[in-house]
Amino acid sequence: MSEHEVTLTINGESVTRSVEARTLLVHFIREDLSLTGTHIGCDTTSCGACTVLVCGKPVKSCTMFAVQADGAEVETIESVAVGGALHPLQEGFWEKHGLQCGYCTPGMIMTAKNFLANNPNPTEDEIRRGISGNLCRCTGYNKIVEAIQYAAEKIQADAGGE
Amino acid sequence: MAQLDDRTEHHSELADGVSAQVPTTDEVQIKTPESIGGMGHRKKRKEDPRFLQGKGNYVDDVKLPGMLYMDIVRSPYAHAKINKIDASAALEMDGVLAVITGEDLKAAGDLHWMPTLMSDTQMVLPIDKVVYYAQEVCAVVATSRYIAADAIEQVFVDYEPLDPVVDPFEAMKDEVIVRDDKEQKTNHIWHWEAGDKAATDAVFNDAGTVVKEKFYIPRIHVASIETCGMVANYDKVREHMQIYMTSQAPHAHRTVFALVSGLPEHKIQIISPDIGGGFGGKVPVYPGYVICAVASLVTGKPVKWIEDRSENLQADSFARDYHIEAEMAADKDGKITGLRVKTLSDCGAADAAANPSKFPAGLYSICTGSYDLKAAHVEVDGVYTTKPPGGVAYRCSFRVTEAVHMVERMADIMAHELGEDPADYRLRNFIRPDQFPYTSPTGWEYDSGNYEAALNKAMGMLDYRALRKEQAEKRAKGELMGIGISSFTEVVGAGPSKDYDILGIKMFDSAEIRIHPTGKAMARFGTKSQGQGHETTYAQIVAEELGLPADDIEVEEGDTDTAPYGLGTYASRSTPTAGAAAAMAARKIKAKAKKIAAHLLEVGDDDLEWNVDRFQVKGSPDQAKTIQEIAFAAYTNHPQGMEAGLEAVDYYDPPNLTFPFGSYICVVDIDKGTGEVKVRRFVAIDDCGHIINPLIVEGQIHGGLTMGLAPSLYEEIVYDEHGQNLTGTLADYLLPTAVESPKWELGKTITPSPHHPIGAKGVGESPTVGAPPAIANAVVDALWHLGVRNIDIPITPPKVWKALRDAGVTD
Ligand code: FES
Ligand code: FES
Repeated sequence: MSEHEVTLTINGESVTRSVEARTLLVHFIREDLSLTGTHIGCDTTSCGACTVLVCGKPVKSCTMFAVQADGAEVETIESVAVGGALHPLQEGFWEKHGLQCGYCTPGMIMTAKNFLANNPNPTEDEIRRGISGNLCRCTGYNKIVEAIQYAAEKIQADAGGE
Repeated sequence: MAQLDDRTEHHSELADGVSAQVPTTDEVQIKTPESIGGMGHRKKRKEDPRFLQGKGNYVDDVKLPGMLYMDIVRSPYAHAKINKIDASAALEMDGVLAVITGEDLKAAGDLHWMPTLMSDTQMVLPIDKVVYYAQEVCAVVATSRYIAADAIEQVFVDYEPLDPVVDPFEAMKDEVIVRDDKEQKTNHIWHWEAGDKAATDAVFNDAGTVVKEKFYIPRIHVASIETCGMVANYDKVREHMQIYMTSQAPHAHRTVFALVSGLPEHKIQIISPDIGGGFGGKVPVYPGYVICAVASLVTGKPVKWIEDRSENLQADSFARDYHIEAEMAADKDGKITGLRVKTLSDCGAADAAANPSKFPAGLYSICTGSYDLKAAHVEVDGVYTTKPPGGVAYRCSFRVTEAVHMVERMADIMAHELGEDPADYRLRNFIRPDQFPYTSPTGWEYDSGNYEAALNKAMGMLDYRALRKEQAEKRAKGELMGIGISSFTEVVGAGPSKDYDILGIKMFDSAEIRIHPTGKAMARFGTKSQGQGHETTYAQIVAEELGLPADDIEVEEGDTDTAPYGLGTYASRSTPTAGAAAAMAARKIKAKAKKIAAHLLEVGDDDLEWNVDRFQVKGSPDQAKTIQEIAFAAYTNHPQGMEAGLEAVDYYDPPNLTFPFGSYICVVDIDKGTGEVKVRRFVAIDDCGHIINPLIVEGQIHGGLTMGLAPSLYEEIVYDEHGQNLTGTLADYLLPTAVESPKWELGKTITPSPHHPIGAKGVGESPTVGAPPAIANAVVDALWHLGVRNIDIPITPPKVWKALRDAGVTD
């Protein structure tokens, strides 16, 4: 199996590792970089537990090779709280009880982060569609929707206050 | 509830109050200030910060030095003889350390078979034949995940296919024998019955109306987003086995491991770290766990095994798979009098259900539901087929979903048959509030209930009568709208030790509380949260009892070295058992605290009264000692002759089960062209007794409702005639997304359990139990006038479309 050098930015920090060509990005993140907040829940790109942002776009990292991310900026759940302060999405999930077992949560938050960046003032229906690539088995989604609404409002209020 | 609060540590006093009749309210009771955060507070969860920041610690996150990886070779046949396993090519690969076969396990002390929780046996690895598709055949241990996955492709197994038997009715003919390892050459495993057959026959003979229907409650899978897995770490020098495992019941699993492996139990430590959803799927011991532990024993190194999603859906325990034939009788006035039920339980290749050992069909005899019947008789037969074994819960108490589905469908069919409104019909057939405690015809003592209050509230919330009017108008225009009701009774909290055990271990549960000198506390439990929020709710119970702020109480579960022995979390048993133990252990501490306070205040015990977080002198509340002051004194200034410290353990044996209930109403619109069912509204009134944390209860109900919607409209594990699983990925087995999941409308009534120390009942599963019949009843209600009496779940568009075509509505 051929080995390749991969250099990418992970949560703002540049890393270089040598990996097998077939190494999945999710395994690279979890095992080579020991960032275990990104999870694995399926083998058919169905669940979204592995969602990370690659150059700002949500990607199911189980369906991308590490070598494909060479040169990219990758963001995982570990980067979302800045300097110990929770992101409005994290706050929203906490306030509104948008998580139970927490297994889907990192992927859900990464998807929602990109979604709100593109649609800062979404309707409930748009939120539901926006997260429909992420499965949650515990919450029934209602409180996840509320959490994202909370974050949207908070982000807008914070922006307005500046 | 005053009498409950005054109870002391004596369990016997608890049992006395069992028959008290309890009033229903709808206000959550709060007795502590928010700074303490006892029961009833909408407290944000204490466990969330780590999950929100990617700092949870799930089994696959565990990484030990020198860790090896295991992968499993699985059978491509549902039934086949194994002539030979050739692992030589795999063993020659770089990085492959071992291939473990059934022969190896046999040599290691007959570990190739293991007992199931139902006193049956199940293969860990086969020697000569496989009995289900995706069965474990052998395992490879290698230095990396990828090499292990490559190596399983290099194991060559010579199979000789045998005829499978996929249909349980065919299996009953005994033409193909699944378990030829058994002395009795039959697929029939057990026959079980409850109720009074003669009395039931008599009621049916006198009936004015009898309705009959057949239901298939299909095989489904819990599909928690985290699959199952283990890291086993055997230390040859210490002769100690440390296991990280996706376990809902770590103590019970430790005992099973000790019994199966022969390792002494004190040399086994099971750690169930953060669990990514359980729903019953992490109760059984799967072959993969046993092989992984053996792999670590053999190599002397830590070994990780994480199943992938297709292994999880194809080989782990299924839920349901009940074929039901039901008859319901009503007298000349239309009042329901009797129920007769025959059921075939497709167990797969082993009876590996996760029921209490004396209950092969679980608590299925709760099937008379919320109705006051004269007689009932229920029979269930278990049968082997060449499909994976199982019979776990899918977020419900043991087989209660099947029972509730049947009785709620039957009540609806009877109402329609008699031309009565299904809501009014239920109201006149319910067990009345003054009949509690109520003994059911199958022998349950329902602790409390107020079914009419819940249904009336649900009807009020969506203006039921107006909806019926709208339905009539729509029907006149040829539009299909249906309203479905489910007024369910759950039975949870197993259970009283006289009847409930798992492999002989009684189904108590436990709490241990230690108050530190500075007034902070540690509380440990025999249960294991998989998302239910125990770290918060248990702290709230202790806060309620002792007045310590919930934030000052660290809750720990899941490590068998530190937590007190308990049977784990499933079947909504944590609050009824360990939640009760938390209150009882706290009351033991309070009794000692009183003595210390009396000593500090130089008064007699009887001069003191409790006030939220302190003991104060009766009539002069200024003279008081807070729980924190008392805790400090317990280590610094306790009375002469008293043991130092402030801690207690409680093993709680519940006097009865609890019986949460509720009424759900679902409104559906059906597309005549496509057969698609759209849930327009869904109102859920739940009664789970006293509420510990409304925020968490709402979350449990939402999640449960979506897991009730799922098998109603989408999910089914399907096999072809060869016994191949056709739904082995999440691309084929459809979990509802945020788009399919409706906006649930919740309400509540509160009828406290009279025998539970804090009056709680458990809630996580009621909605999964209650929702499917509400949805199915709504669909049939929309189609009844077309001659449709039943559509089995999942109610997919093709099934509805076919019913519409048969009725000549669409072409
Ligand atoms: S792990 Fe399921 S989509 Fe990536
Ligand atoms: S919180 Fe458990 S899967 Fe979403």
